[in-house]
Amino acid sequence: MNHDEIRELLHAYADGELDLINAREIEQHLRRCDECRGAEEQIRALRQALTSDSPSYRAPAHLRRKIRAAVRREAKEKTFSPWLAFAVGAACAVIAIALVFFQTTRVSRENAIVDQVIANHVRSLLATHLVDIPSSDQHTVKPWFDGKIDFAPDVHDFATSGFPLVGGRLDYLDGKTVVALVYQRNKHPINVFIMPAAGSSDSSPALSTRRGYNILSWTHADMRYWAVSDLNETELRQFAELLIR
Amino acid sequence: MFRLTESPRLSEFERKVLPHLDAAYNLARFLMRNEQDAEDVVQEAALRAFRFFDNFRGENSRAWFLRIVRNTSFTVLKKNRPDEMNIAFDEELHGGQTPPMDAGVALDRAQDRQTVRAAIEQLPPEFREAITLRELEGASYKEIADIAGVPIGTVMSRLARARQHLQGILSKTK
Repeated sequence: MNHDEIRELLHAYADGELDLINAREIEQHLRRCDECRGAEEQIRALRQALTSDSPSYRAPAHLRRKIRAAVRREAKEKTFSPWLAFAVGAACAVIAIALVFFQTTRVSRENAIVDQVIANHVRSLLATHLVDIPSSDQHTVKPWFDGKIDFAPDVHDFATSGFPLVGGRLDYLDGKTVVALVYQRNKHPINVFIMPAAGSSDSSPALSTRRGYNILSWTHADMRYWAVSDLNETELRQFAELLIR
Repeated sequence: MFRLTESPRLSEFERKVLPHLDAAYNLARFLMRNEQDAEDVVQEAALRAFRFFDNFRGENSRAWFLRIVRNTSFTVLKKNRPDEMNIAFDEELHGGQTPPMDAGVALDRAQDRQTVRAAIEQLPPEFREAITLRELEGASYKEIADIAGVPIGTVMSRLARARQHLQGILSKTK
């Protein structure tokens, strides 16, 4: 190595970054070269000057606490792996969508049946085809359904309560053959539609009002009921109570 | 919901990275040149380090953490104080030649803390970084190269220039 090359390496030499062979070569050069020895001495003097009064800054205690707390907070948030979080999120979204879809289809299906109930009621009045079996005798009406449908509805006359049985007929609701019982309250005819609803839990009568008609629907003893009439709500509810009893 | 009382990742991070908070703050403090920015940088860097802790391969946690501190500092400097960054000595412009130390200067070997700090702060950011890591943190050339993301040759020339500057500043202030 010549003088210039050596001067290039003086810092590395002073920093102890040179391998043994190069370091030894520089040592030999320093013994002969005053200029390089002076420069090397200055590097050492500067290094000593810089660190003599330990000018390093130390992290303040409040910063340490802040960082420790921040990292712990972050650790709690991140205990989920991103993939797990994504999977859970996706699953929740699917369930939510399914629930909304199920709920809306259920509601719209319910609405469609109520519309049919009204249509059936109106048709039965228009066509003067209110009943297939005109009878106020429950013991005549009930057997009439035998063999025509695959379930046996309870048929009672409530004449003593002011709701005399007029008769019965077969009708269609929600694509199924259902029992229609016809009662009368003063001049107001009441159609009661009954279909099997196996496995459904009992529910109390819920009112819908459409086109001036009141409809009560409920489930009782594995049967679904719809009572529809232009009768006022109070009297229709009285009637529903009679049926459920 | 599935919260663990103490994740192994957290305790490993606290064991391997947090002991270097002093070094991190020291570097950030000299780079940012004020307390508040230095604290912000170190906190930000610590959180970043924790997020990327899975990428840490376990070789040298101090250099790994200081690189994040350094990068966070320079990002803030470039964004908030672009004028300071322009003072940076361009190594290419000044050639690869290492400037000689002035052998004739009589430099007092003992300098008080405030004088040294003020002198280092006068250097361009890359030189402050090299000097802080080398003289105050005792980092090797290889570590400095890793932290700063430059070749070892660049580390050597930055150190040489930084020392030449410091020699000039300190011999004047005497």
